[in-house]
Amino acid sequence: MGKFNVLQHDLVPEHHVVPKKDEDKVLSEIGIARDLLPKISRSDPAIKALEEIHGPLESGTIIKIIRKSPTMGYSVYYRAISSEVFK
Amino acid sequence: MTGGISKRIYRIQFALLSPDEIRKMSQVKVITADTYDDDGYPIERGLMDLHMGVIEPGLKCATCGGKVDECPGHFGNIELAMPVVHVGFIKEIKTLLDSTCKSCGRIKLTEDEINSYAERFSQYSFSSSDPEIIGLMSKKVTDEASTRMVCPHCGTQQIKIILDKPTTFREEGIKVTPKEIRERLERIPDEDLQFFGLNNEVARPEWMVLTVLPVPPINVRPSITLETGERSEDDLTHKLVDIIRISQRLRESRDNGSPQLIIEDLWDLLQFHVTTYFDNQTAGIPPARHRSGRALKTLVQRLKGKEGRFRSNLSGKRVNFSARTVISPEPFLSINEVGVPEKAARELTVPVTVNIFNIDHVRELVARGPEARDSFGKYLAGVNYIIRPDGRRIKLTAQNAEENAKRVEPGWIVERQLTEGDIVLFNRQPSLHRMSMMGHTVRILTGQTFRFNLAVCTPYNADFDGDEMNLHIVQKEEARAEARIIMKVQEQIMSPRFGGPIIGGIHDHITAMFLLTHGNPLYTEAQTVHMLSYIKVDHMPPAEIVDGKRYYRGRDIFSLILPDGLNLKFASKLCSSAKEKCEFEDDPLDKEVYIVNGVMTHGTIDEAAVGSFSGEIIDKIFRKYGSEEAGKFIDNMTRLGVGFLTGRGFSTGINDYDIPDSAIARIDEISLQAIERTEKLVEAYRAGQLQPAPGRSVEDTLEIEVLSTTGAVRDESGKIASAFLGLSNPSVIMARSGARAKMLNISEVAGMVGQQSVRGGRLNRGYYNRTLPHFKPDDIGATARGFVKSSYKQGLNPLEYFMHSIGGREGLVDIAVRTSRSGYMQRRLINAFEDLKVDESLRVQDTVGAVIQFKYGEDGVDPTRSEKGETVDVDYLAFDIENQKEVE
Ligand SMILES: [Mg+2]
Ligand SMILES: [Zn+2]
Ligand SMILES: [Zn+2]
Repeated sequence: MGKFNVLQHDLVPEHHVVPKKDEDKVLSEIGIARDLLPKISRSDPAIKALEEIHGPLESGTIIKIIRKSPTMGYSVYYRAISSEVFK
Repeated sequence: MTGGISKRIYRIQFALLSPDEIRKMSQVKVITADTYDDDGYPIERGLMDLHMGVIEPGLKCATCGGKVDECPGHFGNIELAMPVVHVGFIKEIKTLLDSTCKSCGRIKLTEDEINSYAERFSQYSFSSSDPEIIGLMSKKVTDEASTRMVCPHCGTQQIKIILDKPTTFREEGIKVTPKEIRERLERIPDEDLQFFGLNNEVARPEWMVLTVLPVPPINVRPSITLETGERSEDDLTHKLVDIIRISQRLRESRDNGSPQLIIEDLWDLLQFHVTTYFDNQTAGIPPARHRSGRALKTLVQRLKGKEGRFRSNLSGKRVNFSARTVISPEPFLSINEVGVPEKAARELTVPVTVNIFNIDHVRELVARGPEARDSFGKYLAGVNYIIRPDGRRIKLTAQNAEENAKRVEPGWIVERQLTEGDIVLFNRQPSLHRMSMMGHTVRILTGQTFRFNLAVCTPYNADFDGDEMNLHIVQKEEARAEARIIMKVQEQIMSPRFGGPIIGGIHDHITAMFLLTHGNPLYTEAQTVHMLSYIKVDHMPPAEIVDGKRYYRGRDIFSLILPDGLNLKFASKLCSSAKEKCEFEDDPLDKEVYIVNGVMTHGTIDEAAVGSFSGEIIDKIFRKYGSEEAGKFIDNMTRLGVGFLTGRGFSTGINDYDIPDSAIARIDEISLQAIERTEKLVEAYRAGQLQPAPGRSVEDTLEIEVLSTTGAVRDESGKIASAFLGLSNPSVIMARSGARAKMLNISEVAGMVGQQSVRGGRLNRGYYNRTLPHFKPDDIGATARGFVKSSYKQGLNPLEYFMHSIGGREGLVDIAVRTSRSGYMQRRLINAFEDLKVDESLRVQDTVGAVIQFKYGEDGVDPTRSEKGETVDVDYLAFDIENQKEVE
């Protein structure tokens, strides 16, 4: 059986890597310093799946997450890849 | 307080106290177990030696020369005759002994292993790395080393060490003395310590075996003088006395060359005392007790648990300006009010800063003194204290009131007693949601209890079987403004939990509204006036003339308390709750509540309309007209309910459950049939003729069949009983309107109690293969497995009663388990969320500024204002707009 891509699962929200050149724009748009962004573990299956596509992602890379919302349709969330691995 | 502490914590380091360090920080070597001499003066080198600080005024500290509140206290020390292990480090000692060689002290790893692990460890440092990671690595290494039975360094054969809880170590049954343990730990070289997560710069393993004990300063264990003049020592002092005594006897015995047995006994005793000195709840040993039989509170007990230093003293604060007493109901108060007893009101004060605008009023208040009453003897707010600008407090008495009134100047602060209209916070524990603490305005009442409107029982989860509640007097203008604008009861009608009203009618309110509106009865003018005398109305409802007399319709009376312009349509609880077809279902006049422009034309007002948790009318009034109107509606509705019931009267009793003998006989018959049918099923099962249901075993199939048989017979009996219990029956009125209980409860009383169950299945535990010794083993018939064919009214026979108790206990256990578990969960959630903040842009952040959510709840919707979780209720809006047009 081939390796399953978690990002294709119905219950996993969309994860997108924010390109390096757009990072500053995103940060100024939401008005938050990079280190105050919510974190995501670099061992997170979604990050591993993204690394399959983009190659290794360095810590601090911003991930844009688009979730379905019953009231809003969808909602956007940002996370920065943590330098640590969460347990 | 001014200033405060300006020091910041730079670093925290955890280390072990070495014996040298203990001696160095000690100001006195304590050698006598005595405390005070006959004159009550501390004995030198005793446990109360003045070198360790002072607690009595007049004496000076022998170390620093400070007086009572100047001396910070100083440590002393006790030299133990023989070493003892420290209970707090038992686990660590065990690992150290397990993974090192008993003769050379090296960790039982080969040189290669040591080198490779050392490299791994060198990537982490004790000062900056996560201790958890170091702990995990160390666990792995020590696990590996402890399995090795021959030392790779010196080749010594190892013996497995067993920990005999709590503090004894044994090798092949022979005790390893603390002295030996200490010697072995001493042999472990510094380089090997990193594998145990020990930082060799600050911790040597042998320090986990005590040779010297620090004696805490006297401030930590003050003695108290009882009224009789007798001195009572702190528990820690008692324990230290024991330790010194035994240590001395041990030293003497050892020096006289007493038999080994006696020495060992004393040594064990010393170990016991030192262990209980640290932790008096150590598993495996009896707690040390006071002469009175009370267990001593030693070091661990001081810190641990709900009553410990952390939860009780550091995270829990006690406050002034608060009161606590029993609560009782008062239907004539608004939901926004709280009745405060005079006695409490005299003690509770609000600070009023005097200025040129209020000085005349304040002078009048002060002149009244602290026990003010008007000419009718009614309570008036007086003043207890006056605070001058220099901070001096003047206690006001009836004698000095007049004189002090003249002295009051702008800038002074006057502590005024509680008065009607003051805003206060009212709270009942456990405070599980924000509605557990709400703002109320004060009404001063005679009596001894706090009182409030019954509609407010729901958010506080209060009843009046002895519940007590707390009252807090808000002291600052900003806080008072917040309490009025966001905490007042009417502002809390909507629950953030489900986006609907949590405050509404209960019990009698619902019964009354139901009786008032169901079938739209006619009331005489006298009856109507009585009802309306309870509420504020300026006109009578439209009258109907019958035989020249004026009558009024129930729905018209109810409409008086509805705001003008309210349009609403919803199904009443009456029909939606009926199990099968409801007898009122075809009559829209009963089934559907119809309100157009504030006039109710159809339907029955019941739980679905005005109840807490569900009240549709309250919900829509709150949304359309705001909190003020919603509060007013609840006030009026509850008062109208009381007015109605005081006129009509309403009571319930056991005769509500009278059914004809023929019905009882019929219920008997069907229950016997059920038992027979069960018998047949069992026979078929035993004969192996029972066909298993798809995907189930034969046993399961039998159980399911029996359960459905007994379930059906209970339903059937309920139906037979209900046929004779109509809507003229008070119990039925309460059940059908949603005021209290369910129809099921009625059928249990009048019809049959039915099958008892534990965890969804029939009762099956107790004795070996049977529930009670009255049955044959393996009897799986109806009665043997908890079928109760009696009704509560008939009474249960002893067997049935026993079965019923088993079933009932499950509920009790469930509740007990649930509350304790949800309580702890709640605590953890609160601790995790307590300093999160939602800012103006709806962003959720912690104190550091790290983002938790970019928009609160990811949609920015306030659940309190949501329509049961949804953003808008389009159907209702359409209905409302449609009917507004019609009116125009
Ligand atoms: Mg109670
Ligand atoms: Zn001192
Ligand atoms: Zn060795």
